[in-house]
Amino acid sequence: MGQDQIDHILDRYVGQDGALIQLLLDLQQELNWVPKEAVQRITERLQIPLSQVYRVASFYNSISLELRGRHTISVCLGTACQVRNGPRVMDRITEVLGINPGETTADMRFTLERVNCLGCCALGPVMVVDGQYHGRVLPAKAEEILQGYD
Amino acid sequence: MSGVKSRADLEKLRRAILSGRDFAKPCISVCAGTGCLALGCKKVIAALRDEVQKQGLEGRVEVKETGCPGFCEKGTVVVVYPQGICYLKVTPDDAAEVVSQTVNAGKAIDHLLYTDPVSGQKAIHEHEIPFYQKQMRFLLGNNSRIDPKNIDDYIALGGYDALAKALFQMSPEGVIEEVRRSGLRGRGGGGFPAARKWQTVRDAKDGPKYVVVNCDEGDPGAFMDRALMEGNPHSVLEGLAIAAYALGAHEGFIYVRAEYPLAVENAAVAIQQAENYGLLGDNILGSGFGFRVKIQRGAGAFVSGESSALMTAIEGRVGEPRPKYVHTSERGVWGRPTCLNNVETLANVPIIINRGADWYAEIGTEGSKGTKIFSLVGKVNNTGLVEVPMGISLRDIVFGIGGGIPGGKEFKAVQTGGPSGGCIPERLLDSGVDFDELGSLGSMMGSGGMIVMDEDTCMVDTARYFLDFLADESCGKCTPCREGIRQMLSILNGICEGRGKDGDIELLQELSVAIRETSLCALGATAPNPVLTTIQYFRDEYEAHIRDRRCPAHVCRELISYYIDPARCQACLICLKNCPAEAISGGKDRIHVIDQSRCTRCGNCLDLCPTRFAAVRKMSGQPVPPSLPEEDRLLVRSEE
Repeated sequence: MGQDQIDHILDRYVGQDGALIQLLLDLQQELNWVPKEAVQRITERLQIPLSQVYRVASFYNSISLELRGRHTISVCLGTACQVRNGPRVMDRITEVLGINPGETTADMRFTLERVNCLGCCALGPVMVVDGQYHGRVLPAKAEEILQGYD
Repeated sequence: MSGVKSRADLEKLRRAILSGRDFAKPCISVCAGTGCLALGCKKVIAALRDEVQKQGLEGRVEVKETGCPGFCEKGTVVVVYPQGICYLKVTPDDAAEVVSQTVNAGKAIDHLLYTDPVSGQKAIHEHEIPFYQKQMRFLLGNNSRIDPKNIDDYIALGGYDALAKALFQMSPEGVIEEVRRSGLRGRGGGGFPAARKWQTVRDAKDGPKYVVVNCDEGDPGAFMDRALMEGNPHSVLEGLAIAAYALGAHEGFIYVRAEYPLAVENAAVAIQQAENYGLLGDNILGSGFGFRVKIQRGAGAFVSGESSALMTAIEGRVGEPRPKYVHTSERGVWGRPTCLNNVETLANVPIIINRGADWYAEIGTEGSKGTKIFSLVGKVNNTGLVEVPMGISLRDIVFGIGGGIPGGKEFKAVQTGGPSGGCIPERLLDSGVDFDELGSLGSMMGSGGMIVMDEDTCMVDTARYFLDFLADESCGKCTPCREGIRQMLSILNGICEGRGKDGDIELLQELSVAIRETSLCALGATAPNPVLTTIQYFRDEYEAHIRDRRCPAHVCRELISYYIDPARCQACLICLKNCPAEAISGGKDRIHVIDQSRCTRCGNCLDLCPTRFAAVRKMSGQPVPPSLPEEDRLLVRSEE
């Protein structure tokens, strides 16, 4: 990602009060993470101390300060999925990939996330890979689904 | 269309919209809410549009994407107008038939209609389906009639008339008085009287004042605010504008989770369209009252739904609560008086203004008026969003509307109030849904998650689950919440993993009191509720875990074993091939046996064992029978 792309996002917010979270979300959405260069650039252009940018960026779940994998797996552990065996799906995926929720595989193939309710409880347990929903997944099925992504 | 400059203009606009519409024109409305989207409704919509074109009906049939009507279990939900025929579980393959049979020939398609599971009787219209029959859908009812991205749909149904009425026929004090008399209480969880909050902000001296919609719905298992914001955003905006008028604010915020992209999008479109018509902005409807709304996305922190935390999040800072000696209604966003209302609360406001407080106060109980939307989920046949009058019993919801528990299993508990709520057992199911009644049971109304649990749900594990969530979401600012929840979680983890000891239950109760009394905000103060209610109503399960190392629901991984019944095993090799731990031995015609020392208790074998064999059993609290000696493992097939 280039500085132009970062600056382009920052342009929308320069001079506005209380824009830090909104611009971090924009960066996250467009770059899929918030790199160090972007954090640096925010402090320069918006005159916000580095410590404050990091504090906010690290507080919120939606902002990632680490490079993420090619594919994002979200396993729902909302209460409805919880009572419908969601934890077993999560267990299986963590065992297969060897990572915990919030982590990325060493080969950068997958980032695994735990989410709390996706609003489609009728399908529970639910996992989402790159926006594609998979409902009523058995742990064995989850493993099979992951094989479809390189 | 240029600005609507008076109340008469609004009426003219409504007439113009209505006269431009042909109500005999067929319209296929398809739910495009989150549940149906996950099921692939976009493909159904594309197939329907394709089919309309193929059958030469372009321009004569409308295919409309609408908000969620609530019956998620049976998605994709399709309603064909003008007849109002309701189809369930529609797939792209059904598109041709829907267009040729129903749209063209006016006939209902039998296999897409609702079928009563007991009588086998079909229902053609929504209102004949039992799931809807017991509901009272003032807030959700319009979802299937509205394209949320088209303000004309909302106006055609009388939208923004309540705002006009408030602006031209009522004083701000009159609006507050109407809301006070209606008895409306906050739907976000606490149940604080809405009018009292409005009055405080109105009375505050400092200006400017702000109004904020809280759509930071973070309770796991609750998605009603999302359905409203996605499906009928104008109803929320209208309520917000009326609130702004009542308490003298000219600026408002919609605080919505970034994880709800469709809600963000639809709210943004709604604001734009309302501004274009002059229903938001300066001098609304020529009344002289001006009000602008901005969207602030939340970046994912459960604690930021707390009022004082939400205010700082709007300011772009870390969303942590502060002590509330001074309430946010006096000092909120940028230190100014701020009124924070939940999405559902505000969606009720136009209805109250339109129909009047007397009408509204007729619905519900003494202390809880109107309807409440619940997301009825978990181990229940009809998962979905249900809107019911306050006071209806939990039994009516779970069994009447929800259709009971799937698979002939036994009901165990219903959890309300999210992580701040509690689990209510079967013997209290006749309790009514009411802010005070649920509170007296140790639970709470909360935002409206209602999770049904059956005999396969472990109540200790459930308590552990909520504390795990809260330990993760605690911001760490105050010690009782940060450390206390962590200690309670560690005790619960011990119990679930077979390390429970005498005194654990009492220690949990003691910690609960301390956390409840001393935490800074409601996250901590209510965190013990799931633990306390499960101890209160399901103490025997805690004791079974602690004393017998037994999980009665067979959930806690460290306390269960899997066992293959040699009398039932047909040596089909399925479990053997799929065991990730390679813990199963056997072969063709060799009865399979699990090596308990290698088994990781993932449960794959039980999932995969064909139901006609049902050879794999889960057990807890008793020794696994010894494996068959090698020489006895040859399978003798009796029928051969």
